[in-house]
Amino acid sequence: MKRFFRLILRDLTLAARQGSAVTLSLSFFVIVVVLFPLGVGPELSVLARIGPGVLWVAALLSCLLTLDRMFQADFEDGSLDLLMIGPLPTEMIVLAKVIAHWLTSILPLIVIAPILALSLSIPGDGVLALTTALLVGTPTLSLIGAVGAALTMGMRRGGVLLSLLVLPLYIPVLIFGVAAVDAAIALLPMTPHLLLLGGVSLGALVVGPVAAAAALRLSLS
Amino acid sequence: MRFSVQNLACQRADQLIFEGLSFALGPGEAIWVQGRNGAGKSSLLRICAGLLRPHAGGVAWADEDIFTESDRYQGAFHYVGHQDALKPALTVSENIKFWAAYHGHSDIETALAEFELAPLRDTPAGILSQGQKKRTNLARLAASSAPLWILDEPVSALDKHFIALFKEKLLRHLAGGGMAIFATHQDLGIDQVRRLNLDEVAV
Repeated sequence: MKRFFRLILRDLTLAARQGSAVTLSLSFFVIVVVLFPLGVGPELSVLARIGPGVLWVAALLSCLLTLDRMFQADFEDGSLDLLMIGPLPTEMIVLAKVIAHWLTSILPLIVIAPILALSLSIPGDGVLALTTALLVGTPTLSLIGAVGAALTMGMRRGGVLLSLLVLPLYIPVLIFGVAAVDAAIALLPMTPHLLLLGGVSLGALVVGPVAAAAALRLSLS
Repeated sequence: MRFSVQNLACQRADQLIFEGLSFALGPGEAIWVQGRNGAGKSSLLRICAGLLRPHAGGVAWADEDIFTESDRYQGAFHYVGHQDALKPALTVSENIKFWAAYHGHSDIETALAEFELAPLRDTPAGILSQGQKKRTNLARLAASSAPLWILDEPVSALDKHFIALFKEKLLRHLAGGGMAIFATHQDLGIDQVRRLNLDEVAV
């Protein structure tokens, strides 16, 4: 277990020193969201209507930006070989990488999302629902993304293929995530949607690391 | 303790590279893997480290297959690949410290001292020269107590002084009952080493 946390800590240190991953996905997220009012016009009712969807789609896309580096950097410098022959099971290596990815690339988006939501004039209840839904749903993005990242590791221009592989699998998260926010805005119970979202996350927690570990072994040999 | 390879065949991208390779390694013995470029030296070492599945044949440590009993083999060997596994944003000592902790060793001061890395300990690995990177990579050996060393091009980019230092370290490891299997293009001038030429088993 100590090794598991050390690996997470190393990835967090690397992210903090290089800083590019955090600022990249965060600024991409902000820019995409800010483009929408410019595109569809400043009408508040329209923005409030499309806001939750815009924020969710922007979060999915920003997550993709950093996903292809999840294993790539370790693969290129030989670290992955040494991680794999070490005592930590491959599934746990994947899980550690997923946690580090979520903390560095997705958590900053969730922190800034309420501000963007208010600027799209989503009502207060909706903002709360959006933050909760993002917290419950986004681990799936990293977990499913890990499988795609492991499969496309070592490919040139693997990022494009990765998007095609992973984005369709994000659809359930998008549907339930937006439904939860819409329900909260309409003053309907949002718990069923959040429970479904949590269910998807737990399912991905079981399947993701195992599938990604298998894909990693395949990519290395 | 015995490391043995039985009737090994290696296939890369549908092409058989070598087959019928057998050898065994006991305490205090070393094998120098030779062969032209593409003869499968790195692949053989990766198979020995359990990173690559052989096309046919088996690899055994203490008479147990390393792929089915990988838990028992895991702490017994140390692999140094031709990539350096160093993170440019971390310092030399942070890099060594991470790997030492990950593989369960603690002796990083000896590791730094052995390859004269103490003056570089707080230097980010990103600005090291090739030779310095190699030394940092090799220093992980000193932090490890594994009996079997698997080394892919351990002395490339090293100058004469450090090649001699590495040789001395390797001889001490062998004298202490260790084993080593390594691939280099240079002759290290070690007497008790056995040569294994992959061109002889090439397909």
